[in-house]
Amino acid sequence: MNPKYRRLFITVIIVLTLGLATKLILMALEDNIVYFYTPNDLLEKFGNTQNIKNKIRIGGLVLESSVKKERDKTVFMITDRKKEVKVVFDGSLPDLFREGQGIVAEGIFKNSNFFASEVLAKHDENYMPPEVADALKKNNVWKGESN
Amino acid sequence: MFDWLANPNRFNRITRKLQPFILFIAIITLISGLYFGLYDSPKDYQQGDAVRIMYVHVPSAWLASFLYFSLAISCVFYLVWKHPLADLVSSSIAPIGALFSALTLITGSLWGKPMWGTWWVWDARLTSMLVLFFFYLGYILLSNAFERKIDGSKTASVLAIVGLINLPIVKFSVDWWNTLHQPASIIKIGGPSIDDKMLLPLILMFFALSFFSLYLIILNVKTKMIEKKCEALLLKSNLEEIS
Repeated sequence: MNPKYRRLFITVIIVLTLGLATKLILMALEDNIVYFYTPNDLLEKFGNTQNIKNKIRIGGLVLESSVKKERDKTVFMITDRKKEVKVVFDGSLPDLFREGQGIVAEGIFKNSNFFASEVLAKHDENYMPPEVADALKKNNVWKGESN
Repeated sequence: MFDWLANPNRFNRITRKLQPFILFIAIITLISGLYFGLYDSPKDYQQGDAVRIMYVHVPSAWLASFLYFSLAISCVFYLVWKHPLADLVSSSIAPIGALFSALTLITGSLWGKPMWGTWWVWDARLTSMLVLFFFYLGYILLSNAFERKIDGSKTASVLAIVGLINLPIVKFSVDWWNTLHQPASIIKIGGPSIDDKMLLPLILMFFALSFFSLYLIILNVKTKMIEKKCEALLLKSNLEEIS
């Protein structure tokens, strides 16, 4: 074979092999790469919240009219529209935190309540001016986060 | 076709004519992009004015990925066809790509603080972007780490090609895993989920940064060609003195 094509062939083979190896590594490490679990994922994976001893992150939407302030604590439900988890948090909330907003909470389970040490806001991939958002909501064609 | 382009004299002749146009397009799109991005575009319904960081962040991220792809392809040309101009092109792209990936990380961090409530998280998108930045740095360091320039170029080219594997991970990390970073808004099935008035400055800024990078890369390649010529002349005069 022409040495040029041999080198090209070797390069392609190396890239494909390394690509496959990387894919296998990423599949094996899936649990570490996933940044958060939704409440439903969590229950499917661990069965019961009592079984979760380590620090963990839960992501989902803040359930509508579930947010209560108890002195310096905020209590709310986090939902993926399938399952819910009750979250207790005593830190400062991000500006985007509100009912229906996507959030990620980090913390530990104690007696089926989730005690969060950090709450981060997650926003969706839709960008539009407020007027357009209002019009969409008015016409009931809203597909973004409910707020 | 590649050999035709890779003739240094022809490269010089063509780029000398093209350079002013490239710079002109870059300046025009930059000014209009900044005007629309910072002034004449709506606030976001969720994020308010903070959404304007997007007009620097997103084009930088696209360019960081695209430039890496070009760098790696040029490295393939260097390793397979052994053309010295391909090496000049790779080493000219590297610092500019590194700059854009750093800019992506910095602007992302500045955007993350007010919106998410954190400067940095180790989610798949942010981490893979950091890895991309390290691949650029690795390429630059490795290509200068050898006594013989040609050894450095070859080793660094291998590294750059290995780094190609990271590119689909950067792009699809938000679809494959749960991440704090939101999924793609522009390049996705079903068309962009972004208002047209916001898409305009984004596209303008993308053209501005692309043409500016192209201009810088051509300038870099030319400088490196002159450097090589100087080295050759110096070597020649030294040899003449000895004899």
